Amino acid sequence: MKYVDYYKVLGLERNATEADIKKAYRGLAHKYHPDVSKEPDAENKFKEVAEAYATLKDPEKREAYDNLGRHQPGDDFVPPNQWQQNFNESSADFSDVDLSDLLKAFAEAQREGAANYARRPRHGETFEFTMPITLEQIYNGAETEISVAVPDYDSQGLLHRVPKTFRIRVPKGAADGQRLRLAGKGGQGMNGGQPGDLFVTMKVQPHRFYQVDGNDLTIEVPLAPWEAVLGATVEIPTLGGEVALTIPPGTVAGRKMRLSKRGLPGSGNVQGDLYAVITIEVPKSVTEREKALYTDLAAASTGFEPRRQRFAGGQS
Amino acid sequence: MSVQITETIWLNNDEVCSLQHVAAVSGLSEADVMDLVATGVLAPVSGEATSSMFYTECIVVARKARRLRDDFELNADGVALVLNLLRRVDALESELLGLRPKQGNRQY
Repeated sequence: MKYVDYYKVLGLERNATEADIKKAYRGLAHKYHPDVSKEPDAENKFKEVAEAYATLKDPEKREAYDNLGRHQPGDDFVPPNQWQQNFNESSADFSDVDLSDLLKAFAEAQREGAANYARRPRHGETFEFTMPITLEQIYNGAETEISVAVPDYDSQGLLHRVPKTFRIRVPKGAADGQRLRLAGKGGQGMNGGQPGDLFVTMKVQPHRFYQVDGNDLTIEVPLAPWEAVLGATVEIPTLGGEVALTIPPGTVAGRKMRLSKRGLPGSGNVQGDLYAVITIEVPKSVTEREKALYTDLAAASTGFEPRRQRFAGGQS
Repeated sequence: MSVQITETIWLNNDEVCSLQHVAAVSGLSEADVMDLVATGVLAPVSGEATSSMFYTECIVVARKARRLRDDFELNADGVALVLNLLRRVDALESELLGLRPKQGNRQY
């Protein structure tokens, strides 16, 4: 079993009072609670904080925890004999047992008596996970797999985290933040207790080409200067395959061109649009011949003075 | 590791479930759920406060209410206040995102 330093998690000394513990928890909960926090990895941080608080706020659990002595976070250790007796098997395997699960079971067994605890129905734990999905999966619909470690009871009533993989159908038109429930796929129940659920939140992954705005997509399309001036037909990637986009002569940087119904599918028959935003790139280095041609072009372009009107009238 | 192909329940505003289901899945009591209806946090399908059918997306809000109640030791009014404020924050953030200048300045 891996040791977790709950005092360190809450930023406390080991002689902290109940008031200190509550104050530290509240401060960290305000910062990391996943329902109110915008901090990265808030969910995992809050889980650590909540586990630490659940142990240290309960005098019995705290005493049991303190009796484990001091270890370095992450150190392997074996719980004392008294704990193991609650699971009535000297051969119980604690190696992959979660400390917070065991402390919870220990405190309940102390309160109820080991025999009552062993018989009482216990509900399985419910978990929430984030599942990354791609724009391609939203566009086409797909099946994807999610692997999670959920706690299952062994024959001695110990909770072990068991890796499980579920295959989930991502429907065409799924949206960022869309949630789904996998009923009964969370932690296993014990003694007739109901299993917990898994809640999955879909999180659209950033795409190297597209920015997402609802069902609409935006893609930057870089042009060479002569393509912008003369016009061109360029191929651009869409989620449904490449399409030829006609660039009219005289296209300026920032021009936005709409490709109807080339965006993401939504609920019903809604289909978003794809917006191509033009940028104009220039070569970082040019050959002598190109340089000469640009020089000739500059000399020939007497009527084009892009700053003249913009800066007309000075700074006032 | 075995792969389980599993049926999923979408939590959206298409599918409908009962008050009892919302309570059982969220961990709130039925009275707690109806308190959320009374404070405007949850809306039943028909829009009438006495209705006992909800869109499954209400489960997401009810679970959030239960977590906030338990993790911050809030009473029913506190939970309703936080949820309504979070909803306003979400709406304002979306509005702000929409107002930010987007790429491009011409369209045809």
